Amino acid sequence: MVIAPGSASAPALEPKIEIENLRVCYGAEPPALDGITLTVPARQITVFFGPAGGGKSTLLRTINRLNDLVDGARTEGRVRLDGEDILGPEVDITRLRRRIGIVFALPVPLPMSIRRNLWYGLELAGERSRRVLDEAMEKALSAAALWDEVKDRLDEPAIALSGGQQQRLCLARVLALEPEVIMLDEPSSGLDPISTAKVEASLQELKQQYTVIIVPSSVQQASRLADWAGFFLQGELVEWASGRELFLAPKDRRTEDYLTGRFG
Amino acid sequence: MARTRHPLEAAIESIVRLSGWSAIVFVALISLFLLKEGLPAFGEVPLASLFGTRWYPIEGFYALGPLIWGSLVVTVGAALFAVPLGVGAAMFIAEVAPRWLREVLKPLVEILAGLPSVVLGFLGIVVLVPAIRETLGLATGLTALTGSLLLAGMALPTIVSVAEDALDAVPSAYKIGSLALGASRWQTLWRVTLPAARTGVLTAIMLGVGRAIGETMAVMMVTGNAPVVLFGPHALVSPVRTMTATVAAEMGEVARGSVHYHVLFTVGLVLFVISFVVNVLASIVLLKRRAAAGRMLS
Amino acid sequence: MTAGERRLLIQRVAFSTLGLATALTVLPIILIVGVIAWKGMPALAPSFLFEAPRDGLRAGGIWPALVGTVYLTVGTGLIAVPVGLAAAIYLSEYARETFFTRAIRIAIINLAGIPSVVYGLFGLALFVLFLKLGTSIVAASLTLSIMTLPVIISTAEEALRAVPQSFRLVSQGMGGTKWQTIRRIVLPQALPGILTGVILGLERAAGETAPILFTGAALFLPQLPRSIFDETMALPYHLFVISTQVPGMPVKVQFGTALVLLVFVLSMNVLATFIRSYHRRRRQW
Repeated sequence: MVIAPGSASAPALEPKIEIENLRVCYGAEPPALDGITLTVPARQITVFFGPAGGGKSTLLRTINRLNDLVDGARTEGRVRLDGEDILGPEVDITRLRRRIGIVFALPVPLPMSIRRNLWYGLELAGERSRRVLDEAMEKALSAAALWDEVKDRLDEPAIALSGGQQQRLCLARVLALEPEVIMLDEPSSGLDPISTAKVEASLQELKQQYTVIIVPSSVQQASRLADWAGFFLQGELVEWASGRELFLAPKDRRTEDYLTGRFG
Repeated sequence: MARTRHPLEAAIESIVRLSGWSAIVFVALISLFLLKEGLPAFGEVPLASLFGTRWYPIEGFYALGPLIWGSLVVTVGAALFAVPLGVGAAMFIAEVAPRWLREVLKPLVEILAGLPSVVLGFLGIVVLVPAIRETLGLATGLTALTGSLLLAGMALPTIVSVAEDALDAVPSAYKIGSLALGASRWQTLWRVTLPAARTGVLTAIMLGVGRAIGETMAVMMVTGNAPVVLFGPHALVSPVRTMTATVAAEMGEVARGSVHYHVLFTVGLVLFVISFVVNVLASIVLLKRRAAAGRMLS
Repeated sequence: MTAGERRLLIQRVAFSTLGLATALTVLPIILIVGVIAWKGMPALAPSFLFEAPRDGLRAGGIWPALVGTVYLTVGTGLIAVPVGLAAAIYLSEYARETFFTRAIRIAIINLAGIPSVVYGLFGLALFVLFLKLGTSIVAASLTLSIMTLPVIISTAEEALRAVPQSFRLVSQGMGGTKWQTIRRIVLPQALPGILTGVILGLERAAGETAPILFTGAALFLPQLPRSIFDETMALPYHLFVISTQVPGMPVKVQFGTALVLLVFVLSMNVLATFIRSYHRRRRQW
């Protein structure tokens, strides 16, 4: 499987998610995504970026089937996780969503304590042992660089955390499930620079173990993080290459225009 | 990844769907049973009697006219009191009253909504009936007017709360825009907010008056229950008999399956049809507004 | 007078008129509650509450009517709450906006507007006669439940919808099933609102007379009903009877009965208001 057309560094990488000719429509509107073909490599940071309305979030929500919750959403094409189709009606969506975690743009702490937020996903999966739950919680909070800040107030409501802490809580909550892929949809759109730096630092750590897909909040963030990058414009994947190539030597005129700030 | 079936999920979805449908089933059942028990009357009672002018079941006179007229007089009377007061109070609560006063007034109106109609009827008998007899120098205080006053009380909470919601839902951008152009608060309320909320306010009036037509106990207790048709203003200060009161007062004493029994169901059918029309109209307006609000949000 | 002064004057007059309308709406409420409390208080003695009526209802107490109203309210709740809550969950969480859902909504608004005496007729025709339940607690409770259903459905649906969509997205994004999400997140968060709706619905049921007139209310029973297939006395019907059907009825007993009914109903109202405001302050969204 070719990961990036014309990329010499590709063969060493293991494909995680293969997307082929994907098309997503909402109702009668023009497709939100059309003709998308790309392969997300395992244990790398993949960045989807571009101006608003390009279909980046739609792509994330298609990959873990959250689009199923939207009335009138139709999906065509193929998406495979480790070679298995994940769009078919026979797919166990619940299990799929545990394998592919997602963190949303605005932090959404569930209306319960920090501890119960971290337990939540495992409890849904049927985990009852408090020891297991607490261990997973500590591990996940540490990985999200939040443990030291909250270890003494685990039973306080999660809503009491600051915005940056809440976003890391959401990341930790997904990590507690030990997913294979972590997707983040503009995770630092509402965050101050220090919190953003903390989130980004944890992402660099996480990619040792997880496949990370991120829709960044800015081009700068995209270029800082990207091992692989796709530029999306109005539902089309304009360019797909390694981060270095795409940000230093874009091939498509539109990518270049966007990167140099001519629009967007 | 084979899909694991979730029998619990499927079972729950079926249960809640069935419950959702139950609302339609109940409306259907209600119309079915009213028709089943009410339609025979049209075969048993000569049409001339049904559409005549006398309600005197003992002698076989079953005219619906006087009862409908009675309901109409009492309801129109109630609307005369309740509409200006209700809309005025809604305007005051939504746009004039300071926050703390709002917090006091709204629960008070809810208390009125919660008052059982027998309690109002009882107070009507011991307070209102003698007061009206003496003030107006009448032979009896059991009049349409007395019923109207109580019914106004029953209709008010509906009018106030629905109209208040409608006024409250007017986008504040309209109000700010008007105030920014130099209009006073009153001008803004009268020329911008109220017209913008007019469908909601009309719905409120319709629902409130609809409630008044269907009110039973309070009316039965204070209107004297005389099935006579009087025209002109003195109809308000004479005893009347409404549809609801007739059913409530007479159903307990009729033989099941008798002509009288069937006619009372016919009266019920008329009441059902009236409320059906009023509520379908109101719900179309309310649902439309809700859809519009949904569009605004997305 | 300048144009500005004139405008202010008009505004003052207009606002005063609106204030007057509000006063005319609200003062009678205070008066009603005040008069009943004032005149009913002297009747309230343990014997009044806990004894059966005597001497053609003119003496004794209201115990069987009080208990009967509790039975009817509880019976109504047992039937209307599960059905109403499930219907609300359907409308808020499962139903898509189709023609059919619209029909359900119109049906609910309709049920809410049907006159209470028509419910009485319906209950008589379906439950008492057709299903042969007789005039009984169960027939009256069923009738009251259908009347209460629209209140419970619409308030519960509103409470469910008020729970932020993002909670559902997060829960399902982490592999929660729909029902897990509803049970663990949506229902607990909507509970105060649902409770408020249930109480307001049952408050209405507790105070109604017309629906139970021909479906289960008894004029006088010397002892409490022994099964749900017995008739029962009920406070609202009792108040109706003693204020219209019994000549020479002592006013004190009438006011006492009215006060007990009022307290019964209004305490539910206060409870609902309290739950609502308490949880509005505490909720985390």
